[in-house]
Amino acid sequence: MSNNLRGSSAIVGVGLAGCGEAHGRMPLDILAEATHNALDDAGLKLSDVDGLFTGSSYHFMPTLSTAEYLGIKPRFSDGSMVGGSSFVAHTLNAAMAIKTGQCDVALICYGSNQRTAGGKLATMSEQQIYEAPYKPRYPISSYALAAARHMHQYGTTREQLADVAVAARQWAQLNPAAFAQDDLTRQDVLNSRMISDPLSLLDCCLVTDGGGAVIMVSSERAKDFPNKPVYLLGTGTAHWHRQITQMPDLTVTAALDAGKRAFEMAKLTKDDVDVVELYDAFTINTILFLEDLGFCAKGEGGAFVENGNIAPGGSLPVNTNGGGLSCVHPGMYGIFILIEAIQQLRGGCGARQVDNPEVALVNGNGGVLSSQVTTILGTEAVL
Amino acid sequence: MPSNSHRFSGVGPDQTYRDYLSNQQFLLPQCQSCNEFHFFPRVVCPHCGGFDLEWKALSGLGEVHSTTTIRRKPERGGNYNVCLVTLDEGPRLMSRIEGTDSLTVNIGDRVKAHINNESDEAFVVFNLLTEAP
Repeated sequence: MSNNLRGSSAIVGVGLAGCGEAHGRMPLDILAEATHNALDDAGLKLSDVDGLFTGSSYHFMPTLSTAEYLGIKPRFSDGSMVGGSSFVAHTLNAAMAIKTGQCDVALICYGSNQRTAGGKLATMSEQQIYEAPYKPRYPISSYALAAARHMHQYGTTREQLADVAVAARQWAQLNPAAFAQDDLTRQDVLNSRMISDPLSLLDCCLVTDGGGAVIMVSSERAKDFPNKPVYLLGTGTAHWHRQITQMPDLTVTAALDAGKRAFEMAKLTKDDVDVVELYDAFTINTILFLEDLGFCAKGEGGAFVENGNIAPGGSLPVNTNGGGLSCVHPGMYGIFILIEAIQQLRGGCGARQVDNPEVALVNGNGGVLSSQVTTILGTEAVL
Repeated sequence: MPSNSHRFSGVGPDQTYRDYLSNQQFLLPQCQSCNEFHFFPRVVCPHCGGFDLEWKALSGLGEVHSTTTIRRKPERGGNYNVCLVTLDEGPRLMSRIEGTDSLTVNIGDRVKAHINNESDEAFVVFNLLTEAP
């Protein structure tokens, strides 16, 4: 059944707005600008949108607030909330909605002013009552506990974690839109202020503002738009826990299942993937997801990211926009990895453009390594 | 008619857990169907779906599964430990290791629980176990 969705819908428009700092603007201001940028990109009007997919840390009923702000009356809405992975998950729900006729033009969108709001609305999650007495820093301590365990079991080193940050920065330096552009060395990361061992300041993603939007339609009409269509070949979702205490194995994420499901739907393998966009909230994420998605064996992620292997010129292009570590990370980052993958498949990414990619893999992360959603996108050549 | 039988009685599992802690006792529910303990306390066993749960005292013994040191300036109270402990009975919980420099805590260290009463709400913390268990 799931194979009915392979290639059934396509992305025909993308938009970004307010990435970096957007002083004096509210989350929905940023979302609205990104949405109109995506509509312009697709050559569509706001009134064409009849399906809305969004998530928010600010709005309890995000589809209602977003539709009201934009001035649309969608006939299908989905506000499924799985943290930063939500927007990647929305691709599957949008494909299903389009395939079953619930909507014709799906808008997936997000906006946040997390940086310039300066601590206002900073709490991104309800308090976990069995963790609160111990005052973990949320969410870094949960990721630190996973990183410490990975280092203990597999000998992963802080140097290898640092190499993830260095590779992300090297990609960012090829992307004029990336927020962090300064040179970064392994030693800089090792010397940065320790926050929650073994993760230091430069093992953490940025805190920026920013918004993004993606327009999806049925593949049958995908060629009626100005841009080269990018087809949704597969999406798989998986979640195994909410709080870090409940994670079955701190060194294995649910991307193991999400990736298998996405590849199965796409009828592709990891060897077909030309460019990889992973949700790098912390340096350990990249290592865990490369392992769980099959790009290297469990425990070998540290060695895999060493020596520039995922940096520009390496064997596998990973996080080509500079990642959450060096490009943009406004609270939830899922929409941005989706957009970078789409831009890479369209071509025209300038200095960071991967050589003629046909298949891109996106892995969204939500919570504390809790929700994993893998999406595989492709050009017409692999349809 | 849908079944609406009472599967448990009395206060819920969270309140029961806290009531035991405030009486200086560390207990968790054990499923009488599959014999597994679980944390956090629930009305239904997450391992098998069983409702026949009994609160059982724990040995208090366990092992550090992972550990982190939250860095804080001395004038703000200094560094402190946050860890995950796997109890000998099986469940894993978040806690902290007291009585030692957090940076010296290692994964695999054997630990013993005690109840911290410094705040309004009692909670479980651990000390390194130096003698043989």
